[in-house]
Amino acid sequence: MKIVLTAKGTNWESQIDPRFGRAEYLLIFDEESNELSHFDNSAIANEQHGAGPYTAQKVLEQNPDVLITGNTPGNNALQVLKKAKLDIYIGAGDMKAKDAYNEFKNNKLEKI
Amino acid sequence: MKIAIASGKGGTGKTTVATNLASFFSDSSKIVLADLDVEEPNSKLFFTGDLQLKENKFKYIPNWDKEKCVICNVCSSSCNFHAIIRLSTEILVFPELCHSCYACSELCPKEALPMVPSQIGILNHYKNSKYDLVESRLQIGEEQAVPLIAQTKQYVEKHFKNDVLKIFDSPPGTSCPAIESIKDVDFVILVSEPTPFGLNDLKLAVETVRELEKDFAVVINRFGIGNEQIMNFCANEDIDIIAKIPHIREAAVSYSKGELLIDKFPELRTEIELISEYIFSYKERAGL
Repeated sequence: MKIVLTAKGTNWESQIDPRFGRAEYLLIFDEESNELSHFDNSAIANEQHGAGPYTAQKVLEQNPDVLITGNTPGNNALQVLKKAKLDIYIGAGDMKAKDAYNEFKNNKLEKI
Repeated sequence: MKIAIASGKGGTGKTTVATNLASFFSDSSKIVLADLDVEEPNSKLFFTGDLQLKENKFKYIPNWDKEKCVICNVCSSSCNFHAIIRLSTEILVFPELCHSCYACSELCPKEALPMVPSQIGILNHYKNSKYDLVESRLQIGEEQAVPLIAQTKQYVEKHFKNDVLKIFDSPPGTSCPAIESIKDVDFVILVSEPTPFGLNDLKLAVETVRELEKDFAVVINRFGIGNEQIMNFCANEDIDIIAKIPHIREAAVSYSKGELLIDKFPELRTEIELISEYIFSYKERAGL
């Protein structure tokens, strides 16, 4: 299974970025290979509009099964995300990435 | 001549000045008042007249043609506004993010994104025995005011000749809608109030009109409340204060009923008269 997390840094110790569209980084964890990679999304800070759909497109390009973030993504972002068979979990905004992943594994995160 | 009534801060009295000034001017000049605050047009509340024309206004957005598209990504990567998202088997268009630049449509090698009209609002043109009022109303949910403001200005340009004095009641703030309303006028009246909030936003507005290289002056509304800071700021910056409209509670009550203040409050009429004199002397100096 492939999992994308919105984060403020590039490793498991990083805080989850509670914002979806304006997330600084996307962490991509492939459970099969046990590899953690990341996508640098920080240029989004310069965009006035359209952050949601843009970041959603970047998420879908990773072809993930699961997305873990803080707040519910906005309507535009959701329109894009719903085009893929992707489970979205929210409420991890104040956790570190590793804790958010563990909470998800223990079915403690809210699915939308 | 074109005058914009603008402000940094909202609620300082742009519409008060615009509607009273239009009415005052109309005794001696041909006037059109254009309410360009399309997100919240309220000049009409102070105007009784007959509807001359009602026009739907549109912007053009790309409409994806699934049959022609080869999902090549040219459209999505050419869009500066993230209004087009490419998925593995389809293209998603976000009309409210689209700035109608036509890049996607023109660059698409398969002509799979023809531009189609999408309504953004309504323009109303009213008239009474004194002057004309043109206003536009942005459709609910529509994010961009600028295209509708631009089309409203075009309407005014087309329907009113040069000898008509044009007054633009502008949106508040210093972002794109305010700039669109100000950018091709001859003179800007910045309405502010003598409070720290008024001063802060006036500074931003002054910075903006200077950047646009516009001649401008300040009208202080609700004079008597707050403090002296705004007067000191204008003195230091060498900015003319052309009128100080006193703060009168009964005037606010009257305003809330949609009444023109110059008809009921002589002390306010005097201030509007000062603005009028200033504008006419500017007009003469500038040879407009």
